[in-house]
Amino acid sequence: MFYDMIRWEEKALVEAAKRKNIDLRLEDARERFFDVTGNDLPDLGDIILQRCVSFFRSIHLTAFLEEKGYKVVNGFHQSIVSGNKLYTSLALVKNGIPTPRTMLSFTSEASFKALDKMGYPAVLKPTMGSWGRLLAMLKDNESAESIFEDRESMYPLYQVYYLQERVKRPPRDIRSFVIGDRVVAAIYRVSNGHWKTNTALGAKAENCPITKELEDLSLRAARAIGEGIYGVDCMESPEGLQVHEVNSTIEFKNTVPATGVDIPGMIMDYLSDKAAR
Amino acid sequence: MNCLECDAKISAPKDALPGEIVTCPDCGASFELYKEGENLQIRPAQVEGEDWGE
Repeated sequence: MFYDMIRWEEKALVEAAKRKNIDLRLEDARERFFDVTGNDLPDLGDIILQRCVSFFRSIHLTAFLEEKGYKVVNGFHQSIVSGNKLYTSLALVKNGIPTPRTMLSFTSEASFKALDKMGYPAVLKPTMGSWGRLLAMLKDNESAESIFEDRESMYPLYQVYYLQERVKRPPRDIRSFVIGDRVVAAIYRVSNGHWKTNTALGAKAENCPITKELEDLSLRAARAIGEGIYGVDCMESPEGLQVHEVNSTIEFKNTVPATGVDIPGMIMDYLSDKAAR
Repeated sequence: MNCLECDAKISAPKDALPGEIVTCPDCGASFELYKEGENLQIRPAQVEGEDWGE
């Protein structure tokens, strides 16, 4: 397992491996170097679980490992697509998966035109980023103007305007956990009064029943990205469930106690099966 | 181990691993555990990066 920080999840994975007599070796990505042009490759076991919290570290390392012939979960393609909200939206749309209406633009002028077409309120999200960081609610033309002005003086990534309709939903969303071809658990992320429902921002995790609709949609969303381990985020819109994000390198600190599901153990089982394939 | 900020005593959990974050009970500063020889030591934890997440 490659990591760059030991969180609750990594400790739980270590414990699960112990329980299952799996020889899990811990590799701190920050302590190694990788010989890109050479052929002297280290023994890194049968399969590698990528758990770096830094997205850039994770994708560069996975690119190297996969190209050199190592099996990595999640794979490079899956990590790139799920790590970028636009790429994810495109994959979801291509596969006919219900997702909120989304617009892409590169200047504030073009963004206003997009908002005229889509309507307010809307949400502006960075295409890369997690835990609800830098999400902005655009309630009207004036709030959009202020936020776009800020964006124009930020790093170029933030001048990629990914605009999404504000879905009419209850004050919660659903995170389902997909491991391979199974939906193993789901939680409601219930808002603590904030319009964002990230547990990193204090939303409460509650067990959510895995209905047929949720199971089908989660599996279709995961397949649209490629086989792997995902957290699929859905919203309960008046028209039914809509998928708005698919996350790699999932966190499950709040989900395990809320659902009683042994997600780290299931990840270990999945890796064992995949290593043997 | 003593906090690098306020010198209060910080104890790591029994099952602590290098790379784990510990917090000073007195001042709240966060530190990363790392291995020096056979012992765990602390160093300032990395500040959350823009690319951190799921």
